[in-house]
Amino acid sequence: MIEFTLWDIVRNLLLATRWTVLLSLAAFVGGAVVGMAVLFFRISKNKWSRRLASGYIALFQGTPLLMQLFLMFFGLPMLGLRIEPWTAAVLGLTFFASAYLAEIWRSGVDALPLGQWDAGASLGLHYLQELRLIILPQAFSITRAPTVGFLVQLIKSTALTSIIGFEELVRTSNAINNATFEPFKVYGLVALIFFLMCFPLTQYARRLEKRAATR
Amino acid sequence: MAFGWLPGAAGDIAHGAGTTILLIAVTTLAGTLLSILGAAGRRSGPAPLRHAIGWYVEVMRNTPFLVQLFFIFFGLPSLGIRLDPILAAMLAMTLNMAAYTIEIVGAGLDAVPHGQTEAALALGLRPRQVFIKIVLPQALKVIYPALTSQIVIMMLESAVVSQIAVRELTYEADMLQARTFRSFETYFVVTLVYLALSLALRRLLVSGGRRALGAGVS
Repeated sequence: MIEFTLWDIVRNLLLATRWTVLLSLAAFVGGAVVGMAVLFFRISKNKWSRRLASGYIALFQGTPLLMQLFLMFFGLPMLGLRIEPWTAAVLGLTFFASAYLAEIWRSGVDALPLGQWDAGASLGLHYLQELRLIILPQAFSITRAPTVGFLVQLIKSTALTSIIGFEELVRTSNAINNATFEPFKVYGLVALIFFLMCFPLTQYARRLEKRAATR
Repeated sequence: MAFGWLPGAAGDIAHGAGTTILLIAVTTLAGTLLSILGAAGRRSGPAPLRHAIGWYVEVMRNTPFLVQLFFIFFGLPSLGIRLDPILAAMLAMTLNMAAYTIEIVGAGLDAVPHGQTEAALALGLRPRQVFIKIVLPQALKVIYPALTSQIVIMMLESAVVSQIAVRELTYEADMLQARTFRSFETYFVVTLVYLALSLALRRLLVSGGRRALGAGVS
């Protein structure tokens, strides 16, 4: 048996953390792009677009992320696509994030007084200009705290991709645990690493919330 | 796509769904109770207890549920605490949910005007009676919608406990797809079952809340 020192364990976990960070960022950026598209449907003037977007959001918020990842992992090969755990993980988390981000931003759009739309229209702006220049900047600004809060949730959610075989922090820790038989130490360290990533963001979200409340 | 395996698998899926329902029922009761105690302790307990609860909430909210589950199931035996998979799952789910609902219940307690407590004390009720009979029911009414959402989220998150071999819905799906080689179809069906469960659970909680508290979610 190979002897693992504490430093060996920490070093391997930190190397795996890179993948957790990269996956979180990729899913957040991808989720923001797709989420924008869902948001456009969700606030559109067409009733059927709105319903379609609501259904999309309800579907992702009403089923376990683990199932979404499995469907991605086993479903895409049926469409003839060769798929690796990394692709399934990024795509699965992207769609998951898009539903939540669209809903968060939609709440921001709804919170704006209707006069903002009227003012835009009276300045002669058309729909897309109103969105780009008046509505969306304000909607993003007032939903900054829940958006950061969701990023924390997304980082924690990357742990599930270990189950479909993506080599991130948790999967690496399982392998280390199988070699060292020190679950208390290994999973404790993993929890600590996640905490160090998430806690500053949580605090940041809380500060944003407080600032928004006093304004 | 082929669903010929489905009739033979219905029993397993129903059994798995039953275990998932059992898990969330236990978690809801234990988690709500724990969070009421936690929120009360955080508001009016001694300073060390208040700090401990504060840190507990932060640690649980900033680490993944899967890691908490592994820590409890694989880590605790090295301290001599060995739990059945299903007990470990219930414990992990309860501890995880309480961290979120302590904040929710706390916000509800803060929302009850202080005059309510003073009026009840003036009527001669003991502090404990004031909390249980006057403050808590009003607080629960305010936070009921948030509590409902948290319970549904926890039910969806319980899919993860299949990883420590609790025979709930996802575990049954894993076994089925290994037997039928119809992975996509199996997970597709089970995803629909989860969707139905979350819709039914939400509806049940809304109507139950209306009856018991006069509160509800739209």
